[in-house]
Amino acid sequence: MIHAEGLTKQFGNLVAVDGVSLDIGEGEVFGLLGPNGAGKTTTVRMLTSLISKTRGTAEVAGCELGNEADALRLRQQIGVLPENVGLYEGSSAYDNLEYFGHLYRMDAVTLRKNIQRLLEMMGLWEKKDVPVETFSKGMKQKLAIARALVHDPVLLFLDEPTANLDPEAAKMVRDTLLDLKRERRTIFLNTHNLDEAQRVCDRVGILRTRLLTTGSPSELQSRVFGTRTVVRLANASESVAAAVRARLGGARQVELSGDQLLVEVKDPDRENPDIAEAVIAAGGRIRELSQPGPSLEDVYLKLIHGEALPS
Amino acid sequence: MRLSQAWVVARHDMHLLRQKRGILAGLIALPLGVGFGFPALVGLILSSNSTDASAWLPMYLDAFSFWFVIGAASLPTTIAAYSIVGEKVSKSLEPLLATPTTDGEILVGKGLAAFVPTVTAMWAGSIPFQILIDLETRGPLGYLYYPNWSMAISLFLLMPTVALLAIEASVVISSHVTDVRSAQQYASVIFVPLIFVYVASEVALSLDVTTLLVLTGAFALLVVALYFVSTRTFHREEILTRWK
Repeated sequence: MIHAEGLTKQFGNLVAVDGVSLDIGEGEVFGLLGPNGAGKTTTVRMLTSLISKTRGTAEVAGCELGNEADALRLRQQIGVLPENVGLYEGSSAYDNLEYFGHLYRMDAVTLRKNIQRLLEMMGLWEKKDVPVETFSKGMKQKLAIARALVHDPVLLFLDEPTANLDPEAAKMVRDTLLDLKRERRTIFLNTHNLDEAQRVCDRVGILRTRLLTTGSPSELQSRVFGTRTVVRLANASESVAAAVRARLGGARQVELSGDQLLVEVKDPDRENPDIAEAVIAAGGRIRELSQPGPSLEDVYLKLIHGEALPS
Repeated sequence: MRLSQAWVVARHDMHLLRQKRGILAGLIALPLGVGFGFPALVGLILSSNSTDASAWLPMYLDAFSFWFVIGAASLPTTIAAYSIVGEKVSKSLEPLLATPTTDGEILVGKGLAAFVPTVTAMWAGSIPFQILIDLETRGPLGYLYYPNWSMAISLFLLMPTVALLAIEASVVISSHVTDVRSAQQYASVIFVPLIFVYVASEVALSLDVTTLLVLTGAFALLVVALYFVSTRTFHREEILTRWK
């Protein structure tokens, strides 16, 4: 659905996005993560042909970026939710969607059906004639998502859909995203919210001007941090750590952190019993032995703060 | 350029304008003011002046009718300011730009939304103006002053040209300001030459067919020049990356 090679955007001397290459398949939910100013919005604007690219090539929904003739065809096939919802506040929810339906040159019958289906899906049908200015932030965001879907696009771009929303409104929007995922929609999601990315996205990419890495959240977690076993002890000591290190052999990382022993493992099923035996043999008393995975937040912070990605 | 797509934008903007009381008031009050106010003034002047009206009245009538042209410069600056700066402030331009609509179609749509109500309102105001003036001046002048070629050129050539110029100026100004009032204030610069012409017409300048055609030509040249500036300004990438 999206194939980009070396996509670059430069504003004067400033490189906003540098050599982004990625592939996103049909029905996939892809999350682009990155700090403010990382180039997420610029990337979306390039992929939606809102702004031109400086270098690189990309094909989105079968349309080549940079080809003027393809730009209108591309925008006809995609739905975009910008960072600022930009609704017409004095108009009703129905009028907002109807206007965009007309801009997408939809026939009246299909448009009416789509508006009703989407407003019902978003729980806004009862308020279809109410001016949008009376809506809560969450309702506005849902209406803006409905607007992006009104012409039934094959690909949806959502730029920070839960930014600036209170937890309840954010959940409302996140549930909508999960509904869209169940419908097998292809979604390109820009987000700051790592928890949201972990729950909604099939794959994520981490951008800091350059695309640092892509993969499923669990893939990234094990690639960046490896697998760790945590042993909580009643009597943690350096001698217990040394015993475990000796038992596993090689340059395996074994750290003592408070009452916990953090042990890098390659094969937990085989090595965890060895770890337990070594601890007990060294006089350690085990309270708990677990295999916690790092969160996507840990991965994100490690990559964003410039630590190299292990091969 | 698909005019039907531009018309979708124009129709929507005109629908939004109906929600703006200030603009509606201007669209009604200005044509009514000129259409009924000046005939009332002419009635007062005629009642207090017993000299030969044919010697001085036509100059006043031409000057008064020039207010339709001035009105055509005033109304679109307000409408275009709301239509463009208003959307910029409410951040609704980006979703609009993400639709399969070209920059030109959006620009023409927004232009039409300012042009059509303005010209329609001023044309409507010119009807009572001409009828009432004819009723009042037929006796003193001995003939029907309206319709005449000067009025026809004012209404059908000069007024639309000036309205277009005001719209283009508003587009360019809108890219540099962040609120509607500033856009209106900067756009009022367009009144300067028009007020100058009006004052000159009250003193010495004859607003005859030749003068009006020359003025139309001069403003048309400005329209062409500003067209290139406004289309460069109203460019998707410019709007998203450079507009304040």
